[in-house]
Amino acid sequence: MSVVAGSVGASTASLRRARVMGILFLLVGVLIVLVFGLGSEGGVVSRLGLNPARAETLFRLPDLVLPARSTAFLLGAVCAFLGGVQLSRGFERRVNLVIAIVLVLFVFAFLTWAARDRSLSLLGMLQSTLLRSVPITFGALSGVLCERAGVINIAIEGMLLTSAFTASVAASLTDSLWIGLLSGAIVGGLVAGLLALLAIRYQVDQIVAGTVINILALGLTSYLTDQFLQRNQELNNPGRFQNVPIPGLSDVPILGPVAFDQNVLVYLMMAIVAASFFGLFYTRWGLRVRAVGEHPKAADTVGIRVLFTRYRNVILGGVVAGIGGAYFSLGAVGRFEEGMTAGRGFIGLAAMIFGRWNPIGAFAAALIFGFADSLQVKLNILRVGIPSEFLAMAPYLVTILIVAGAAHRVRPPAADGKPYLKE
Amino acid sequence: MRLQLKGVTKRFPGLVANDSVDLTVAEGEIHALLGENGAGKTTLMNIVYGLYRADGGEILLDGSPVHFGSPRHAIGAGLGMVHQHFMLVPVFTVTENVMLGIESTRRFGFLDRREAAQRVREISQRYGLEVPPDAVVEELPVGVQQRVEILKALYREAQILILDEPTAVLTPQETEDLFEVMRSLQEAGKSIIFITHKLKEVLAIADRITVMSRGRVVGTTTPGETSEEELAAMMVGRAVRLRVDKAPADTRGPVLEVLDVVVLDDRGQVAVDGVSLTVQAGEIVCVAGVQGNGQTELVEAVTGLRPIASGSIRLLGRDVTGASPRGFLRAGVGHVPEDRQRDGLVLDFSIADNLVLNTHGSAPFARWIVRDDEAIRAAAQERVAAFDIRTLSVEQPVATLSGGNQQKVIIGREFSRPIRLLVASQPTRGLDVGSIEYIHERLVEKRDQGAAVLIVSVELDEVLALADRIAVMYRGKILNILPADTAEPERIGLLMAGSLGEGEGPGG
Ligand SMILES: Nc1ncnc2c1ncn2[C@@H]1O[C@H](COP(=O)(O)OP(=O)(O)OP(=O)(O)O)[C@@H](O)[C@H]1O
Ligand SMILES: [Mg+2]
Repeated sequence: MSVVAGSVGASTASLRRARVMGILFLLVGVLIVLVFGLGSEGGVVSRLGLNPARAETLFRLPDLVLPARSTAFLLGAVCAFLGGVQLSRGFERRVNLVIAIVLVLFVFAFLTWAARDRSLSLLGMLQSTLLRSVPITFGALSGVLCERAGVINIAIEGMLLTSAFTASVAASLTDSLWIGLLSGAIVGGLVAGLLALLAIRYQVDQIVAGTVINILALGLTSYLTDQFLQRNQELNNPGRFQNVPIPGLSDVPILGPVAFDQNVLVYLMMAIVAASFFGLFYTRWGLRVRAVGEHPKAADTVGIRVLFTRYRNVILGGVVAGIGGAYFSLGAVGRFEEGMTAGRGFIGLAAMIFGRWNPIGAFAAALIFGFADSLQVKLNILRVGIPSEFLAMAPYLVTILIVAGAAHRVRPPAADGKPYLKE
Repeated sequence: MRLQLKGVTKRFPGLVANDSVDLTVAEGEIHALLGENGAGKTTLMNIVYGLYRADGGEILLDGSPVHFGSPRHAIGAGLGMVHQHFMLVPVFTVTENVMLGIESTRRFGFLDRREAAQRVREISQRYGLEVPPDAVVEELPVGVQQRVEILKALYREAQILILDEPTAVLTPQETEDLFEVMRSLQEAGKSIIFITHKLKEVLAIADRITVMSRGRVVGTTTPGETSEEELAAMMVGRAVRLRVDKAPADTRGPVLEVLDVVVLDDRGQVAVDGVSLTVQAGEIVCVAGVQGNGQTELVEAVTGLRPIASGSIRLLGRDVTGASPRGFLRAGVGHVPEDRQRDGLVLDFSIADNLVLNTHGSAPFARWIVRDDEAIRAAAQERVAAFDIRTLSVEQPVATLSGGNQQKVIIGREFSRPIRLLVASQPTRGLDVGSIEYIHERLVEKRDQGAAVLIVSVELDEVLALADRIAVMYRGKILNILPADTAEPERIGLLMAGSLGEGEGPGG
């Protein structure tokens, strides 16, 4: 008797969750039909562009021309169908994949609705999604490198800002973008060195140390901008890295113009994502780093130098954040502006958490934030009737939602944020 | 390899943990190291392993002096150590843990997991140490985790193996398995230093025995020449009663009534599966069972630390189902938790503060909202004396105490307030015979004062010594409740393994 009661008790929880998901899918379907379907006038088409702005591509794809209303009906029906399947049979373990599919369908329905009677460059959106995810990815990777070794780095924002400033000034002075990039990376490493010293050597609370560095970075760069850059504009005119299409790859439809017609910093980001992923999970270096972040004492007893590993990784993380900082001034804007990082370092932290401290996961999460960001800009242009101030909140809102929804389910490295004391 | 220590000395601020210790371990010998809590056994082994630096004395391997600045050197010289608290990375696989620090790699530092796993398999076959090379360590039972630790040492070709209290967390069967492994290692010519508090084990497996007390070696003997009583006396410096004297229980009505309770574990699985149990004032009920059969969750449920999924809990006739831990505390429930360092103490707080952790908010330790430090210190000093807590001062952080003394702090705290029900989980895990004797006496005393006492233990000896009634738990259910005076150890052992005798059903 009690046995039955017990096992039922356990499975009702997951059953309830499955039900909720199914109902949610259904509701999304209904929402799509009601708002986007009935919200579009019959006979109106949406034109979604799939070609890059520049004309000379090898393959030209036709634009996607969709009847707004029936597309919404169709997408809504698919969502509802998925909901029905979930309720009757259940996707069990694949439910996460289905959640993602429903989300994509919803966003797509939304875009078709927003672009009704107009045209919207879907490709342009993907491009800007990637671009806007670049600094977030650098920030997240910086966090991954530090926290995998057990040091919390919330100073990413400060590192981005300082190196954005340094890169701009150094590039302007020397007239070389490369020297600017190098200086940005070095300064990122130096700021990280300060964090490492405070956190590892002096065992200052790592949140406090990071916050101090952020405040310092914001104050210092703003002061220096006011004092010097305002008056000497030539100190803040570095120019920008130009796009370098990769021969062959850049002609692949859709993927080519999005991923392989970018500037060198974007390629660098992809390389660092791959290198840190393979480095962390497939090499001796990574095994030791993770051991230090999970159980430093165990690492110590097999002869791994815990403190050295931590210093090295924090500084490495700083260098990565430094490159990300240089992207702001040398890759995107072409000059330094006060507070130009606008919280991207913190969003990077959220991406790191959502990506489960895994470089590829962090990159994927950064892409989601990048998409929210680019969507917000597009909607502004399309004038969908939402005030732009609210739209500008999108990336931050997504951050809050994701951190609130996912953060309690992911597990940080066990020794994250804990100083290591010998004897 | 032969290990010799000559005059090894280690001082910590305010105490001498090792005082000119001499010790010789011959090749192929199983050498037991015995001693009360805080005697300095772990410290001594940490010195040998290069984790601590000695303040004096020398270490010789095969007659030549060695200096180990770090474990890396000690490992290189052929030493291996299985620590009292495992040094495994929980989220790594067995192979990753074993190869950590001396990884097999291909080009560019890429890990060669396959080769390492192959070597793990070879070694585990050679010594009868069964481990699944690709399993994640945190998902393995402690007994297997321990084998991983031993494998780690063997993978580094250790000739001398230090096992610091390896059996404290093992079931009797796992202990048997460990002894098998130790014997096969011995046959392969390896030396083993074996630290334990269980005298029976020492007599069963050791070739030679060294006894330490308060940092010094107080004697060396062999199993043939000694007995449990003699060893206990050598350690503690006086005769120790290894059996508990107690009168038959004088029960005075139910205090704790658990009715058909279902509790889920952290992963949402049913851990306690419809348990009913009553504990009366004036009796000790012991829950026996192999670790991980729902005892932890049951204890958390009856102390309010974990919500129950269904069923009810009554205290002194009042329904307390769903009450907060504070509610349970106020209702007169005392708790000696299983993991004293994690759940029982705030390690960085002083002994005095730990002694008033659950009473500091009210008189006499506080006036209005202000702590009365004087009263707290005075009470602490009194309790340190009353409960024989060995420390230099009550202001010291509790983390610096040895395991036995940490446990006494918890006992001191819980016993100093009026409680009606005491729930104690593994109350003597890792403690020396002197401390065990002391804590057992206190538990019986509490019972005789009219409290209801619920003890969870995986030690069959402890259960048999203390219980008035024995409840055997298996896979979340209480299989049977037996009166202690008619319970045979074999029968309980069988029940713990889940086999019911003929004609018996789950009862409770
Ligand atoms: N890092 C330290 N700092 C200060 N004192 C310490 C430290 N480590 C141990 N001690 C003290 O040294 C003494 C010896 O401790 P040790 O851990 O070696 O005892 P043990 O014999 O292993 O005891 P147990 O059987 O409880 O494990 C104890 O009094 C302990 O409080
Ligand atoms: Mg010890």
